[in-house]
Amino acid sequence: MTFEFSAHVAPRDVDVSFTVGPGETVALLGPNGAGKSTVLAVAAGLLRPDRADVVLDGRPLTVAGEGRRRVQVPPHDRQVALLAQQPLLFPHLTVRDNVEFAPRSRGASRAEAAAVARHWLDEVSAGELADRRPSQISGGQAQRVAIARALAADPRLLLLDEPMAALDVAVTPALRQTLRRVLADRSAVLVTHDALDALLLADTVVVIEDGRMAEQGPTAEVLSRPRSAFAAQIAGLNILTGTWRTGSLTVGDRAVHGMVDGARPTEGGAATAVFSPSAVSVYREPPSGSPRNLLPARITEIEPQGDRIRVRAGALSADVTPQAVAELDLTPGTEVTLSVKATEVTIYGT
Amino acid sequence: MKRRFTTIAVIALACGTAACGADTSDAGGGPSGSSTASGGSKITVYAAASLKSTFEHLGQSFEKAHDGTTVEFNFAGSSDLVSQIKGGAPADVFASADEKNMTKLTADKLHGSDPKVFATNTLEIATPPDNPAGVTSLKDLADKDITLVVCAPEVPCGAATGKVAKAAGITLSPDSEEQSVTDVLGKVKSGEADAGLVYVTDVIGAGDAVKGIEFPESTAVTNRYPIATVAVSRNAALGQQFVDLVLSDEGQKVLADAGFGRP
Amino acid sequence: MGSTVPRISRRPSHLDPPRVGVPRWIFLPALAGAAFVLLPLVGILSRVEWGNFAELITSDASRQALLLSLKTSSLSTLACIVLGVPMAVVLARTRFPGQGLLRSLVLLPLVLPPVVGGIALLYTFGRRGLLGHTLDVLGLQIAFSTAAVVMAQTFVALPFLVVSLEGALRTAGRQYEVVAASLGARPTTVFRRVTIPLVLPGLLSGAVLSFARSLGEFGATITFAGSLQGTTRTLPLEIYLQREVNADAAVALSLVLVVVAVLVIGLARQGRTSL
Repeated sequence: MTFEFSAHVAPRDVDVSFTVGPGETVALLGPNGAGKSTVLAVAAGLLRPDRADVVLDGRPLTVAGEGRRRVQVPPHDRQVALLAQQPLLFPHLTVRDNVEFAPRSRGASRAEAAAVARHWLDEVSAGELADRRPSQISGGQAQRVAIARALAADPRLLLLDEPMAALDVAVTPALRQTLRRVLADRSAVLVTHDALDALLLADTVVVIEDGRMAEQGPTAEVLSRPRSAFAAQIAGLNILTGTWRTGSLTVGDRAVHGMVDGARPTEGGAATAVFSPSAVSVYREPPSGSPRNLLPARITEIEPQGDRIRVRAGALSADVTPQAVAELDLTPGTEVTLSVKATEVTIYGT
Repeated sequence: MKRRFTTIAVIALACGTAACGADTSDAGGGPSGSSTASGGSKITVYAAASLKSTFEHLGQSFEKAHDGTTVEFNFAGSSDLVSQIKGGAPADVFASADEKNMTKLTADKLHGSDPKVFATNTLEIATPPDNPAGVTSLKDLADKDITLVVCAPEVPCGAATGKVAKAAGITLSPDSEEQSVTDVLGKVKSGEADAGLVYVTDVIGAGDAVKGIEFPESTAVTNRYPIATVAVSRNAALGQQFVDLVLSDEGQKVLADAGFGRP
Repeated sequence: MGSTVPRISRRPSHLDPPRVGVPRWIFLPALAGAAFVLLPLVGILSRVEWGNFAELITSDASRQALLLSLKTSSLSTLACIVLGVPMAVVLARTRFPGQGLLRSLVLLPLVLPPVVGGIALLYTFGRRGLLGHTLDVLGLQIAFSTAAVVMAQTFVALPFLVVSLEGALRTAGRQYEVVAASLGARPTTVFRRVTIPLVLPGLLSGAVLSFARSLGEFGATITFAGSLQGTTRTLPLEIYLQREVNADAAVALSLVLVVVAVLVIGLARQGRTSL
């Protein structure tokens, strides 16, 4: 499955092109109002663009532009399912009926639809909720059911519009894991403004700013070395990969402690630690007796970013105040120790 | 939403049960004429709706003859008017379309002068101008294929219709029994009905809009119009002068021109 | 939670959110308003002749009028649903030039005196009306028939259903319909399985309003349909006629009409609450 998207929506001044490869998840990252939702609306067939080539597996879904024969496949016939910020479970139907909705709509028998619903409810660990009404389950549970409902439609492409933005932070890690599992070999477009979501769920990131693509590339690359202003602001993430051993991430000869996101990584398996530059402190001498993670590094670059200074040390970076840079006399080449609290580090198995 | 629902429901009901906007009785509207008489005296005449044009005409003569005097009218169905007077409405003169309603007034000793019959009225067949059903006599109306509209037996013109039919020995099978002569006339004018039974005066008042067909049996029932001053009148003398005008030669001529018979 | 559709379930009062108090003086005009509406009902009650009440309301004419009213109001409510639901959906869910004007015109019977509605119907469906000849050719005689009563009632009651349902549709929003479509449901399936169930409370209240309005219809009926016992003389027409001869009967029947209307509205509220 390949999804080629290119569209220009004049009234909203949005002009974006990207491609989703087979089994690939593309994250659209950008500030509010950048045009991410417009892109989803065009992909879902809810918005008529002024110029467009939206093609799914060789089948034109939306074609528009001067001198071209207009194609606008209606939303129900695109095989593109939409998962919104709100679960939007049909309030008058039970959880089971919600998940059976898509198979029933395309004419499956009751038994078939029931089997599909059971499968997907189990897949999102919501099997026991089948007989409940949407008003009787929590927001996190509802979003799981919404995922099951979207997948039960057997879409060729899944569109996710900030699926975790409206949820309690306590339930996001578990839901993220569920999404990681179901998106693993599925073509999907994920709209988010959360770098961690992009990092954990997407293979490729497209950064959109003011209706235009600011940059795109493999997720880890874009997020760790952002070129666009927005990516730099929310991302510029420190990403360390290593092996999970005895409760911490081993990177080279060092152990990095952090909070595990989702299921615990397997012993000896690959794992990744992520933390924000703003969580990193810089020391000239290693502080003694600190419970923090300490990472020796050599400064490679110092760049001002608004009222803060981003200090880069190879793959790592830290955001510090201009006063700190002056007091510590930080210049490229300086040997420093970077320190980050374990509670600021997210570790997940890869 | 529930609150809004209730609000609209109340409006709907109020509209419904009170028949909002509906005004299909004999009523020709509320009091007419100038509403205030600065300095001069004023009398209020409650008169049956069928007297509207003639009494308005006479009212003007009266105002001319009595400088500074205003005559106000309230035209409606006679039974409505009696109810209003019984309820304390400030009437000086009451002119009824039948003696039954005048009796209601005298029974309660609410009349000033003794009622005098000043006009009579008889029934006539009204058809659309082209008379599509070819009606020529009262007997034709017994034909079930004719769309016939009459007054309901409960109202005076309907009672008269029943008596006429009985006198003629025929059975009418009307398609509608209307509330008032006006309603019957309306259905005939619009061509919905092939024929209707109304008063002679109504046919004349309708002009070219309907065709009138007289029938001999109509004399079986003559509607008599009595007039009297009202006991509560604050201007009994002036009211009596209006009654006198109606009974005078001038008044009788105006009534005769409109099709009313002499008492 | 996720659902933004208003839930109808009545919550216990101790769970109601704290609210800001209303100014105290407002109770005075509110009370006056309530009294203004309720006192006339007391007025009717005070004039009812209880001694022969049963006799008055069970006369042949009264029974026929009540039955005819219930029958025609039910039929016109059905007609309002059949015609009004599509109208509300088109008004709430589509956009086309002149839509605002069309909405205003469609709602016209709300503000029009019913007699005017009756006259309009007469000049459209009457024998000499716009469609009169066509209907005549088809062998349809509408004037003076029960069908004319239903038409008059539908004419005046339709806007109540359309307004009520259009409001419900707008409140419900399109988001559930978008999700349903993205799940592969065709427009008809979305309409049947999502749109209508979501606005069912609005549809129900609209239907009740239409029924109530039909039940009370007078002006358009007497103008367009005429008045004949058992065929076109509905309860309001009977009341108005009885007023001429038997004021006690008119009062008794008025009370019956009020009770029926209160029952309908009460039942509907009950139904909505349990939804």
